[in-house]
Amino acid sequence: MIKINGINQKINNINLLEYLLSCGYNTKVIAVELNGKIIKKSEFEHITLRSGDSVEIVSFVGGG
Amino acid sequence: MIKVSINGVERTLDKSCSIGELVADFDVFVRNGYGITKDSIVEDGDKIIAVKKGKMVSNESLRKMLNARNGEYVTSSLENACVCVCGLGGLGSNIACMLARLGVGKLILIDYDIVDLTNLNRQNYFISDIGCYKTEAISKQLKNINPYVQIVTHNLYVDSENILHIIDNCNVVIEAFDNPICKAELVNSILQNTDKYIIASSGMAGYGSSNEIKTAKYLSRLYVAGDSVTEAREGVSLMSPRVNICAGHMANMALRILLGEFEA
Repeated sequence: MIKINGINQKINNINLLEYLLSCGYNTKVIAVELNGKIIKKSEFEHITLRSGDSVEIVSFVGGG
Repeated sequence: MIKVSINGVERTLDKSCSIGELVADFDVFVRNGYGITKDSIVEDGDKIIAVKKGKMVSNESLRKMLNARNGEYVTSSLENACVCVCGLGGLGSNIACMLARLGVGKLILIDYDIVDLTNLNRQNYFISDIGCYKTEAISKQLKNINPYVQIVTHNLYVDSENILHIIDNCNVVIEAFDNPICKAELVNSILQNTDKYIIASSGMAGYGSSNEIKTAKYLSRLYVAGDSVTEAREGVSLMSPRVNICAGHMANMALRILLGEFEA
């Protein structure tokens, strides 16, 4: 189980970048925190999400 | 004996009397943080500010007014604070004015653009500002609201690198950009490279319900105001009411952080 934005998901051992793309996120307009630590965009492809991890993803839309 | 504070000066009275008997020729009163229009009898412990309409104010009297409204803790916390507002469009121009009214001591204001006609439907500028840098137009207004706020401006296209040399000793950074890529870059840069709080925005276009606009706390030092979905696009315009509601959320969150309240 991996907690994504507060909800437990039945996934395990998945690449962070692959997960984000599979959910339809545009990686240019998001901020991602893994277990309380902000993750650089360049690190997404090198990180594997494992059971027990907690991920927060914030996405931005235009306007201001 | 009745002890009262009038315009910051402590006075001890033998017997009760009206505010009008203590201060002549004033027509606006703030009593214990609340504005009153009618003269009334003072009570022990009252803090009263009396103001003559149309009279220019000194820094000291402006501070006393804020102090009478908000109390010493709020006044001194805010006057020692610094907030950086990135982007002076619909959100930033309105947020800057709110922070100046609160008496935030120092504002760092950043925008590369000049005021044009298409800004006036929601941004806090005037016809007479068209063609001026937004930094200059907003500074002029802020000096009219609170001449004692220290204002630092940068006519600059902010990116994830140069922002780090500008934010200096500010306590809170406000992301008030239009472009979602710029929003994400600023948020990531502040969270990765500093220990500051950042208040960002996402989703305030159109005329959907006001009540969909909320402040949420994400990650450890990030707050996001907006409905999170309604982006500005063809057919869905940015309009003054929702932009102002979102600006109010962001300014209030900045105020809360500066006063030690960290829940959204």
